[in-house]
Amino acid sequence: MTRKRRRLYAVLAGLVMLGIAAALVLTALRDSVVFFYSPSDLAGKPLAAGQRIRIGGLVAAGSVAKSPDGVATRFTVTDMKADIPVSYSGILPDLFREGQGVVVEGRLEPGGAFQASEVLAKHDENYMPPEVADALKRAGRWKHADEQPAK
Amino acid sequence: MHRFANPSRFLRAANAVLPWCAGLTVLLLAAGLYFALLGSPPDYQQGETVRIMYIHVPSAWMALFVYGCMAAASASALIWRHPLADLIAKSAAPIGAGFTLICLLTGSLWGKPMWGAWWVWDARLTSVLVLFFLYLGYIALVNAFDDPVRGYRAAGILALVGVVNLPIIKFSVDWWNTLHQPASVMRLDGPAIHPAMLWPLLLMAGGFMLFFVTVLILRVRGEIAAAKVRNLQLSLARG
Repeated sequence: MTRKRRRLYAVLAGLVMLGIAAALVLTALRDSVVFFYSPSDLAGKPLAAGQRIRIGGLVAAGSVAKSPDGVATRFTVTDMKADIPVSYSGILPDLFREGQGVVVEGRLEPGGAFQASEVLAKHDENYMPPEVADALKRAGRWKHADEQPAK
Repeated sequence: MHRFANPSRFLRAANAVLPWCAGLTVLLLAAGLYFALLGSPPDYQQGETVRIMYIHVPSAWMALFVYGCMAAASASALIWRHPLADLIAKSAAPIGAGFTLICLLTGSLWGKPMWGAWWVWDARLTSVLVLFFLYLGYIALVNAFDDPVRGYRAAGILALVGVVNLPIIKFSVDWWNTLHQPASVMRLDGPAIHPAMLWPLLLMAGGFMLFFVTVLILRVRGEIAAAKVRNLQLSLARG
């Protein structure tokens, strides 16, 4: 085996071992790498009282209610399997609307309601002009039936 | 490949393509910017803010691509001892770091209006920040030794170790829940982006790619000249 061959194999072996090590570390840390849990993930998670977590899902259609003072908002985050009622007071992101993906950060209260201290909007990977979105909806080929385009 | 490891042969080829690359960079970036800023529709959901994409996405692609080039060059320098490969890796690093910084900054500017946060510690954003630090670490290490060969060896190994981050960045949005969206263009079932927005994006990506090639040729030329000067000085000092 020439020296070049030996160095080639050393580099390849090093990369394979690094890959395995990274995969093991990331698998072990999976719970800290995820940015949020879905409402149905949450059912099986033992949580310390008052632990800060993030949950993500869609804002359930027809669930958004503003309090009379206009600051507090109540809505339901759903992943179509489980729902969590959320209350939040503060400024909502522009993309926040019913049917939109959101990530809320805060604490789960004893009654099962979620008190959010931050609401982030999550958008999907689809990009299209507004006319195309309207045409798809008219043709009934819209994937997110309850989602409204931003005004 | 091995043929171009010879610096003078590389210089002949590089000097021949340089004006074409520079000219095409200007043309593609001019056309791309026109379509990105004026000649493309707003997004149904994000409105005019979507125009940040035409800078953010190509710079993110280039951040990964340049790192891949740098790691491949470092590997061929470590394995086959091509002297030119070290110069290419060293010349590519600051360009890649620049693309990564543009990607992080434009992403932050995009995140505030759309998500409601300048920065979040999700897997995609964090792994790209790690990529930026890998670039900075490479640049620091390659310049840290009096003997350039030792710098190339140490930095080359760091570049190879960092390769493990590239698939993590690419697949972070599929492996874990992230706030960052999944891939819109490079996905198995075809782009999820309307052609009226995809074409300007690809024009910009082409412009960024040729910009990289142009600047890389200029920087490698400078490194070859610097190496010649160093050798001359050494032989003069020896008398």
